[in-house]
Amino acid sequence: MASPESAVNGPTMTAGAASKSLRNAFGGVIAFIILVLIGVLAFSIRLFSVIKYESVIHEFDPYFNYRVTQFLSKNGIYDFWNWFDDRTWYPLGRVIGGTVYPGLTLTAGTIWKVVNSLNIPLSVETVCVFTAPIFSAFASWAAYLLTKEVKGPGAGLTAAALLAMVPSYISRSVAGSYDNEAVAIFALVFTFYLYIKTLNTGSLFYATLNALAYFYMVCSWGGYTFIINLIPMHVLLCIVTGRYSSRLYIAYAPLVVLGTLLASLVPVVGFNAVLTSEHFASFLVFIIIHVVALAYYIKGILSPKMFKVAVTLVVSVGLAVCCAVIAILIAVVASSPTKGWSGRSLTLLDPTYASKYIPIIASVSEHQPPTWPSYFMDINVLAFLVPAGIIACFMPLTDSSSFVILYIVTSVYFSGVMVRLMLVLAPAACILSGIALSEAFNVLTRSIKFQLPGIAGNPSIASEENGSSTVVAPNDIPKTEEAAKEKPAKKNRKKEKENVEKKPTPSKTEKRLLVLPLEASVIAVLLLVLLGAFYVVHCVWAAAEAYSAPSIVLTSHSNDGGLHVFDDFREAYSWLSHNTDVDDKVASWWDYGYQTTAMANRTVLVDNNTWNNTHIATVGTAMSSPEKQAWEIFHSLDVKYVLVVFGGVVGYPSDDINKFLWMVRIGGGVFPHIKEPDYLRDGQYRIDAQATPTMLNCLMYKLSYFRFVETDGKGFDRVRRTEIGKKHFKLTHFEEVFTTHHWMVRIYKLKPQRNRIRGKTKKSKSSRSVSSKRDVRGKRNPWH
Amino acid sequence: ISFIPYLFKRFQNFLPFPGRIERFTFYLLDYNLCFDKQVVYMAVVGSFPFNSFLSGVLSCIGTAVLAVCLRIQVNKDNKEFKDVAPERAFADFILCNLVLHLVIMNFLG
Repeated sequence: MASPESAVNGPTMTAGAASKSLRNAFGGVIAFIILVLIGVLAFSIRLFSVIKYESVIHEFDPYFNYRVTQFLSKNGIYDFWNWFDDRTWYPLGRVIGGTVYPGLTLTAGTIWKVVNSLNIPLSVETVCVFTAPIFSAFASWAAYLLTKEVKGPGAGLTAAALLAMVPSYISRSVAGSYDNEAVAIFALVFTFYLYIKTLNTGSLFYATLNALAYFYMVCSWGGYTFIINLIPMHVLLCIVTGRYSSRLYIAYAPLVVLGTLLASLVPVVGFNAVLTSEHFASFLVFIIIHVVALAYYIKGILSPKMFKVAVTLVVSVGLAVCCAVIAILIAVVASSPTKGWSGRSLTLLDPTYASKYIPIIASVSEHQPPTWPSYFMDINVLAFLVPAGIIACFMPLTDSSSFVILYIVTSVYFSGVMVRLMLVLAPAACILSGIALSEAFNVLTRSIKFQLPGIAGNPSIASEENGSSTVVAPNDIPKTEEAAKEKPAKKNRKKEKENVEKKPTPSKTEKRLLVLPLEASVIAVLLLVLLGAFYVVHCVWAAAEAYSAPSIVLTSHSNDGGLHVFDDFREAYSWLSHNTDVDDKVASWWDYGYQTTAMANRTVLVDNNTWNNTHIATVGTAMSSPEKQAWEIFHSLDVKYVLVVFGGVVGYPSDDINKFLWMVRIGGGVFPHIKEPDYLRDGQYRIDAQATPTMLNCLMYKLSYFRFVETDGKGFDRVRRTEIGKKHFKLTHFEEVFTTHHWMVRIYKLKPQRNRIRGKTKKSKSSRSVSSKRDVRGKRNPWH
Repeated sequence: ISFIPYLFKRFQNFLPFPGRIERFTFYLLDYNLCFDKQVVYMAVVGSFPFNSFLSGVLSCIGTAVLAVCLRIQVNKDNKEFKDVAPERAFADFILCNLVLHLVIMNFLG
């Protein structure tokens, strides 16, 4: 029975080989075209904000990056590295060269320079706005490469398509969101790809590239500590599960050495690369992998009996030394107050840390834990494809698939701690969902192909395709068997038997490829396509409606369907830049610092960098104090103008009155005479007639609601939905200089000091007031 | 205790490596010595130009690690690297060393 079939299959075998190479080439071209289309998709889905509003930079942090890029493009790189910024954090200033992650600005600056040298006249702003979509296209291509290393090109294409559209990534990389994550996610995925590639091939070339990609990641984002902790964790996992190989050593050891050196080159990180606890894991695993390598080497030399003796000797000595070293290490680390970890990292490990000790970190809205619906909003369908992907990674379990599993597990944990880290979850979720979808499609289409009668066709081609469809372990040759006996087509069974006889038998693992019933698989394919359609619809909706709003410009729909635009912020900043002196200092809450320096070009006291808690607490105290004390605080800091954001007239909910309690908490954290219960009535925060007198007299209340009754006669605050408590009052130490069209930004000027005091002389007045105050207050107010 | 001379005899049997592999061992020992010298110097004098100390130490460790990687790849008994030509391995080694020393020279200050 074998010979006539072999004679028949001889020419078909060569024809099959030829057609297979043609099919491979064709597949390659299709894959390339699909990748180009994915890149275009990733770019264009992020353009909604440019289409709906204008090409403008969004939010707060991107304005700082934009200002830095402007400086870089104007003054060159040496001045950039040595830049000391005196227009922010007055009177302290800020060393920009040493405290900014330069990756994003250097990338955009390079693009701008290259493009301009080609005589394409793009402005810096245009380059900054469109950097994020370009790098998101790169990130999807990197995801394709990564998943191709793990599972195969089909899974790679699916993962790339998913990553191009996932809303969580879109939210931080729309056109205009010029922030670190725009390039950092690309660097993250690319570094992981190179690591997996080194692990799979064991070539030092890729190890070098891996270290260089890690360097780019360190330049770009503070989240690089995720990489330098995840990779050692994975190495440890491989060692513990017995998958140690020399490729692992080549993948890991040069990365640690080169990576640490390169990380210390970046000024922001500097010596933190060797001194902080965030990096200790990599050094520890470095030592461990050397010990393991040595153990394997000696095991290869000695016979098993001798090896056991050597092991007992070495282990007993080694354990003693190890314990001593670990004890010393723990003592050193524990002697520093935060045990060597930075505040932000500690928040990740112990989510309640920030709210207890560092209110500033706790107050940032991005640092709050996410709610359950936000998972479905941000990664939608992927949320339940991920477990399927995890299972698919287990069959079979290779080094690379174990890495992907570890990646998803850790990123799920971290995304549960901080909303902002949902961004790190997104690529992992896309990779695993890509794997799951690709495997599902594999099984279903295979079932369909084998069960369409007569289309089973040339058995050699069909079986070769089975070999190529399970690309994970190329040395294994799977045998096809019909496991389910529901459709015992005689013709199929005979052809399967021929395959079994013809295939060379030595295969390390035999795979039984299951075949599902025909109708079920057709319906399943249709359902999967429908699932993908739902995902696409949701992503496009999220990109268009939810994540494309530049918070610098607000819109609302009026009753007759027209669009009403609130451009108050830019109105206020341009008023400032046109009507004040260049050296005037502006005080506001830290949210608006970056925008003020970038757009209004005025010196500010505090900005979004929030590196000096005491300075922010000073501003917070000033906002919470009565007028006279606030005036004194601001006057001591040379402030001329105070800027307040107020949403009561239009119903803008993120105004300063809603943030006021954070000002009180942060101020009270440093200056104990500000006590939060003073501002709350029965534990409730109110600004109506039932509010406490401290609240009604504080600067923030007065500056927000000055002349507010003139808007509607009753003083009804649309955000808090009550009438305000104190309606008619005059300002004694401030004067209003500008209020924007919708009352959203209000600018006040400090009145100059009086030349003479009316009434009694100053000395007796101050001594009497001091003595009376000492009776009333427990703690002395340091500003008197 | 008796396994020490046994070990020594096995090493002697094992020592006829192809010549290049044997040189690796001495190369590595050399770097080890260099590294120890630097650490002792730092312990005695203090680590003031910390970046210089760091770059010196890491350069020693780095080249040692890369030499180990090269040895792994060039060793003919190693099954996983059959299809990698030793010239390719050496070229990778040179490239990696180049990058390493570039970084070190930059960091030396």
